[in-house]
Amino acid sequence: MAAAPLPSPSLAMAPAEAAPAVEILGVDKVFADGTRGLTPIDLTVAQGEFVSLIGPSGCGKSTLLSLIANLIQPTDGRLLWWRGGFDKVGQPGRRLSIVFQDATLMPWARVEGNVRLPLDLARMPKDEAAPRVDEALALVGLSSHGRLYPRQLSGGMRMRVSIARALVTEPDMLLMDEPFGALDEFTRNRLDSDLSELWRLRGFTTIFVTHSIYEAVFLSTRIVVMAAQPGRLFREIEIDEPFPRGDAFRTSAKFADYCRELSVALMEASLASGRGRDR
Amino acid sequence: MTPLAHSERFKTYFPPVATGIAMLAAWEAACRWFEIPVFLVPAPSVVADSFLNNASSLFRALGSTLKVTFIAFALAIVIGVLTAFLFVQSRAIERSLFPYAVMLQVTPIVAIAPLLIILVKDTQTALVLCATLIALFPIISNTTIGLRTVDPGLANLFRINKASGLQTLLRLRIPSALPYFFAGLRISSGLALIGAVVAEFVAGTGGRSAGLAYEILQSGFELDIPRMFAALFLITIAGVVLFVAMAGLSAWALGGWHDSERRIEA
Ligand SMILES: Nc1ncnc2c1ncn2[C@@H]1O[C@H](COP(=O)(O)OP(=O)(O)O)[C@@H](O)[C@H]1O
Ligand SMILES: [Mg+2]
Repeated sequence: MAAAPLPSPSLAMAPAEAAPAVEILGVDKVFADGTRGLTPIDLTVAQGEFVSLIGPSGCGKSTLLSLIANLIQPTDGRLLWWRGGFDKVGQPGRRLSIVFQDATLMPWARVEGNVRLPLDLARMPKDEAAPRVDEALALVGLSSHGRLYPRQLSGGMRMRVSIARALVTEPDMLLMDEPFGALDEFTRNRLDSDLSELWRLRGFTTIFVTHSIYEAVFLSTRIVVMAAQPGRLFREIEIDEPFPRGDAFRTSAKFADYCRELSVALMEASLASGRGRDR
Repeated sequence: MTPLAHSERFKTYFPPVATGIAMLAAWEAACRWFEIPVFLVPAPSVVADSFLNNASSLFRALGSTLKVTFIAFALAIVIGVLTAFLFVQSRAIERSLFPYAVMLQVTPIVAIAPLLIILVKDTQTALVLCATLIALFPIISNTTIGLRTVDPGLANLFRINKASGLQTLLRLRIPSALPYFFAGLRISSGLALIGAVVAEFVAGTGGRSAGLAYEILQSGFELDIPRMFAALFLITIAGVVLFVAMAGLSAWALGGWHDSERRIEA
């Protein structure tokens, strides 16, 4: 269907009409120990897109996300955030948030303290921050849990806190690295639905790493399939389905078709990966 | 069963207390039955008697020992924490100083005490110095490890939010270090008491500033064994109280969040 093999990694993949949120220009990453994390990659994600990265483990999904979060520096090539450098990130219209696989909460702080952290670090006065914290907690359905400590919450609730913390700064781009990977199927589906709704209402650009075919198809406007050894972009699939998406989409024939298509692409990516062959 | 027998407190405290009472009773009975001479092993009742008769001098001695202990403990905390902060500033500083901290730790305090007591004129200062030296290491090493043990995910989060060095220290490193610091406190409090008593033994100070070690030495010279036991009993009690106090402080500070202080839910 919408799948297109990538003839060369330099193919730009953003819809032409929207302004880019992040541009990855010929970026590669060789780690200090000589491991090749990524071969030169070109990828443009437009403002408002929901892009999922999927691929065999070790294909560089987390590396790519860390590069976009500026947690590591590219060995070669460069990145642009809203057509500018990272020093401008954080200004209005250029806010970046990240959600990790585990909730990564401060165990010593209450839920509200955890959610307030980005505002505290930006030195926002407490009385100004409080309503925003309340709003973020309401968005993830945890309004009555602000006074609790993380250890008093279930895994799914902790993940919600982590998302509330990411949303409290009203980000323009949200990076998520397998955020629901450790949760059971039921909780994951609920959080997926909630996230999809939040994304639709808030319009933040999202780059979402996942292992789940269903999750990727359900959430994304576009899926980027990656292959390993060396880490590279392998194929992209557009998911042409309007939002809001609900359970009707999850159980539709179209959904099943997309899943099958993605599954085949993943298998091919796996075979094309150096490590895929001896599995 | 009565509600008392069901309560958690009862289940926690009854077994050790019962064991203690049974052992004291057996000890008392054995002393009387076999007519063991008082200068070998005095019966608990004789020790208690001696304790009451010598209470004023024993408690004065306890006060003196505790004063040394507390000053040394406080000094160890201040010096230990400052050293730990210095160590985490740079690996180079840690690498050049850490071996000496280890040397300080492995050298038996009894071996340095005579030297210190000769070198330092004021005996009280020498005692504090000995006890500080012995209590210092656990605080340095625990706090250093604690300040370094930071969740890498949280560290990344702070970086993405462009946290300053000071913000990272106050909001991330110090809270992360607290459980380690308190574990260090628990060990150090006991060591400070041991250091104080050992130093007193070596110094053998008498007069107004005589500590519990002096009471024990003096009782030995006078073959007043019950008084010796009474002094020993006081040292043990002081050590237990210190430990419990530190455990309580740790539970109070970390109770809300840290695993080591969580009650096991039945
Ligand atoms: N800090 C690092 N040092 C050396 N190699 C690394 C480092 N981080 C990741 N790698 C390697 O880079 C490759 C891509 O890793 P990663 O991005 O974590 O993959 P993914 O998230 O897709 O599973 C892997 O081969 C991994 O072993
Ligand atoms: Mg990963």
